Amino acid sequence: MIMKKIVKYVLLDILRNKILISYTLLLFAITMTMLLLGDNETKVLLSLLNIVLIVLPLVSIIFSTIYYYNSVEFIELLVCQPIRRTSILLSIYAGLTLSLLIAFAIGVGLPLLLMDHSSTAALLVMIGCLLTVIFAALAILGSVRMRDKTRGIGMAILAWFYFSLLYDGLVLFLLFQFSDYPLEKPSIVLGALNPIDLARIMLLLRLDSSAMMGYTGAVFQEFFGSAGGTLLAFGLLLLWTMVPLLAAVRRFNHKDL
Amino acid sequence: MIEFSHLSKKFGKLPVLDDVSLHLTNGKSIALIGPNGSGKTTLIKCLLGMVVPDNGTITVDGSDIYGDWSYRAGLGYMPQIGRYPDNMTIAQVFGMMKDIRHIPDQQLDEDLIRAYKLPAIYDKRMRTLSGGTRQKVSACLAFLFDPAVIVLDEPTAGLDPVSAGILTDKIIAETQKGKLPLITSHILSELDDLVDEVVYLQDGRVKFHKSLPQLRADTGEHKLVRAIAHVMENA
Repeated sequence: MIMKKIVKYVLLDILRNKILISYTLLLFAITMTMLLLGDNETKVLLSLLNIVLIVLPLVSIIFSTIYYYNSVEFIELLVCQPIRRTSILLSIYAGLTLSLLIAFAIGVGLPLLLMDHSSTAALLVMIGCLLTVIFAALAILGSVRMRDKTRGIGMAILAWFYFSLLYDGLVLFLLFQFSDYPLEKPSIVLGALNPIDLARIMLLLRLDSSAMMGYTGAVFQEFFGSAGGTLLAFGLLLLWTMVPLLAAVRRFNHKDL
Repeated sequence: MIEFSHLSKKFGKLPVLDDVSLHLTNGKSIALIGPNGSGKTTLIKCLLGMVVPDNGTITVDGSDIYGDWSYRAGLGYMPQIGRYPDNMTIAQVFGMMKDIRHIPDQQLDEDLIRAYKLPAIYDKRMRTLSGGTRQKVSACLAFLFDPAVIVLDEPTAGLDPVSAGILTDKIIAETQKGKLPLITSHILSELDDLVDEVVYLQDGRVKFHKSLPQLRADTGEHKLVRAIAHVMENA
């Protein structure tokens, strides 16, 4: 009950935020341009996938981190009220993710819904939503743990850098070093350990571009292409949300403000 | 009624509160004074549940506050620097707090809101407000729900003399109604007519807890500033 109220006020605050509005407009402009200029549906979805995989996590983690640090005093105000700390943090998180999701839904979901009705497009929207939710949770965990704003934002950028660039480099390095061994199964595990990679694999398999990924692609197809594999992938993405969030709540409940 | 018993808190290795025990009764306004870094704000934050003490207990009206959150319904807090969601108007901030607290309108104490003429600027956004106006909003919020315990951290620091006077009168009126205002301040001169008891903290320890007349008698000084100076010099 009280959570719903706090979420409402956080939403009320963020939806007026200029950065969030420009983020929505930017996403909308990019998506519309691609949909109108692209001739091939697969190509359009692939380009959009790249946007979703890079821009979404970045905006999600940085925006959430900065919002948390800017609301520290507001959180203190709430902590002095007769409200459970768990409800406070979860409401702030819910308000943040909801507003980011609204931005994504208007910016990418709406144009896709209007101009592209394929199930792959629906999957892309779903993946985008999951990535937003995951990176906002990581942002909350980072900001609750770091007292200093500069360090918090630095960690957020580093986390994004790690998940979107560094991790792939490390995986490539490993695959190259151990190329004499059968690496199909380890590569599935490695893919599952990074939400961005997991999201990429899930969509690429739907686009049939996996044919270009050789034998590994076939193994991926067999594993993630099955109903059980898809469910597992979604389960893993949900875990990527729940674990950081629970860790953040546990830390927040004993934190000195 | 608030009881602190053997409260200790360390930030890292630095002890901020060291075995603090205090007994505060309703109907008395209490000044919490001490040099910078003496643990005043930490003590207040322990009471508000913002800081978890390492040792010791705090009871409000007889019940331990550890792990409890409902006791805060009887607490009002005016922070040193109040910051609110930037894009909300003053009316929305009050609306939000009323909405969260869920207390019927006739039980609200809106005296200060009227005295500060806030309804005239209800549509202004929090981001556009000056520091002093924000302090007024904080003060109004602290008294709004008619709490039994009112914690004020440097209440008059950003206020102009007229507004500070209004706040001081309000604190005196509430004390007479049997409330328990707990005030920290560096401006000792304004505490003279305001407080009944003085708690002096130094290095996280309670140096003394006396009524104002008692302190005056002990030091032979009439003004609180002089009296405290007397204590500090002879310490």
